[in-house]
Amino acid sequence: MSGHGHESRVAQGPQRSREPSPFGLAARFDSVDTFLKACERVRDAGYRRWDAYAPYPVHGLNDAMGIRHTRLPLVVLGAGITGAGGALLLQWWMNAHNYPLIVSGKPFFSLPANIPIMFELTILLSALATFIGMLAFNNLPMLHHPVVNSPSFDRVTTDRFLIVIETRDLAFDESRTRALLEAASGAEIAWVED
Amino acid sequence: MSAREATQLAMEMAERRSPLITGGNDFATVTDKICSLVEKPHPPRAWFIAFGVSLAMTGVLFAMIGYLLLRGIGVWGLNSPVGWGFDITNFVFWVGIGHAGTLISAILFLFRQKWRTSINRFAESMTIFAVICAGMFPAIHVGRVWFIWFVFPLPNQNLVWPNFRSPLLWDVFAVGTYMTVSLLFWYMGMLPDLATLRDRAKTKARSFIYGALSLGWRGSNRQWHRYEVAYLLLAALATPLVLSVHSVVSFDFAASQVPGWHTTIFPPYFVAGAIFSGFAMVMTLIIPARQFFGLKDIITMRHLENMAKIILLTGSMVALAYATEIFIAWYGGNPIERFTFMNRALGPYAWAYSIMMTCNVLVPQIFWFRWARRNLWLMMIVSILVNVGMWFERFVIIVSSLSRDYLPAAWGYFKPTAIDLLTLAGSFGLFFTLFLLFIRYLPMVAMAEVRSVMPQAGLEHGGHRGQGDYHGDIPAQHEETGA
Repeated sequence: MSGHGHESRVAQGPQRSREPSPFGLAARFDSVDTFLKACERVRDAGYRRWDAYAPYPVHGLNDAMGIRHTRLPLVVLGAGITGAGGALLLQWWMNAHNYPLIVSGKPFFSLPANIPIMFELTILLSALATFIGMLAFNNLPMLHHPVVNSPSFDRVTTDRFLIVIETRDLAFDESRTRALLEAASGAEIAWVED
Repeated sequence: MSAREATQLAMEMAERRSPLITGGNDFATVTDKICSLVEKPHPPRAWFIAFGVSLAMTGVLFAMIGYLLLRGIGVWGLNSPVGWGFDITNFVFWVGIGHAGTLISAILFLFRQKWRTSINRFAESMTIFAVICAGMFPAIHVGRVWFIWFVFPLPNQNLVWPNFRSPLLWDVFAVGTYMTVSLLFWYMGMLPDLATLRDRAKTKARSFIYGALSLGWRGSNRQWHRYEVAYLLLAALATPLVLSVHSVVSFDFAASQVPGWHTTIFPPYFVAGAIFSGFAMVMTLIIPARQFFGLKDIITMRHLENMAKIILLTGSMVALAYATEIFIAWYGGNPIERFTFMNRALGPYAWAYSIMMTCNVLVPQIFWFRWARRNLWLMMIVSILVNVGMWFERFVIIVSSLSRDYLPAAWGYFKPTAIDLLTLAGSFGLFFTLFLLFIRYLPMVAMAEVRSVMPQAGLEHGGHRGQGDYHGDIPAQHEETGA
């Protein structure tokens, strides 16, 4: 659920010093095209613990970052099936089993009369799972994240693009990472304090 | 035609259309325009006047409800045989208003109609507030409101459960689900914009409040990635839901034996009418809002023209449904049914029927003309008339059918009381109060979505990079790899 899924790899890596180190190195971009190309370069350089920040969902960025599909739809499917099954069980148990109701001489249990509520509960549970699942997979709500310390972050939710490579990444090397971001024409490269 | 030629043609045609955002705006100016409405220390005087009036009307609403609770539903004009009057008319009217919001936010999203981005937040908010107004009426129409919890399947001292065969119970689930899903969709869509407000905040209080509301959204692509999947899922869930809600509302009538109600055409006919009235309400709200708040570059004539076209389309669908109903009443050969429809047009409620026919069938036809779709005053008048007509449609269906059914000895005539009229007026007060609070404190345009359809998003060169204009994969650019 961390959103990265590389903890094991990091844990097996060489012992790191315990001194407080910056969270990562950030590069700001002012246009979406250089930003996308830069993301591809970071991806191809083999970095894993890094993220790209944009003021809107940029198409092609998932590929450029090498992000795999999320499991969210599976969770939603499970919730939907639970909703449909639960609604059927609820109606059968209440109207046909626990307190059988005779309505217009119809059978105690018949599927067609139960379909509208099954449908509504399918949608209700799926929608709740979508929302809660999206937040959970994204580790939200979150009170604080180091990236807000980046000098360019305030503009990221308006019109700037940002790439942040974490120092925890195994491939992180101060001079090489900085050179990569510079070569990718990052406008402003700065440390992000933890 | 090859795929490449087809893409070329589509792009040429897109160029001929006017841009979605005009006036040489970029990400920063659009963000400024929308955020500054919320950030200004004092709203314009017109806002205070409108808010004062709306709040006073809301006060009237609660006074009317209080009086109703003390005296019972006899304070309304209800009688036997007309047991449903303004209460259920208002309920169906307000639920219907909400449907355009979901159509714009979900169905137009699935169809990749990128013009929706400028108006979807507005319309979704309208949905929430309309459903709040709607949900109130079934709750108070039971009279003894303290028993309303009987509609929920909760254990109780009578050891009996609700009757799940009743469309009225389906309605509880349908409207409850609709309210919840609309709220989730609205709030989730607002997270990135709340984060923008947080990052622009100049005071500690604003930073704290918008920070809490945005739940720590960072705009990182690992977040955007799941957000977009979730948004698509919610759109895909809300689309069948919105069609089901008004269908279930129509079952309240169609599943009964009352002549004029017992027809199979009701579900599609109700859904078309709901979208028709909802679009009219969006138009009524958005024309003054864009004028007052200087949003003409973001909500352009093209947006308004598209809305006018949808009003024309759904209005014509409603007209077709009316014609079909009348035809079947004659062709079906059921004398009671035939009488009901003659009675609607020529009986004691002929005045309501003619208002409904004029406003819903004739008035929107003016939108066949382009000049009419570009005349703001005319659009304002048409949209208000459409809502008058749609309110009367529900009134005609409910009241005229109940007032004269099978037994002439049991006929009656419903006349609203002052309490009825003030409760209806008060529900508008509640709706506008909520709406004015929304435009004061929350971003009224979905900024993140608007950015994705702007030229800055790289739409003009191949491999579209905006959310709303996605036609295929980005051409591979992997040749130049770094380090």
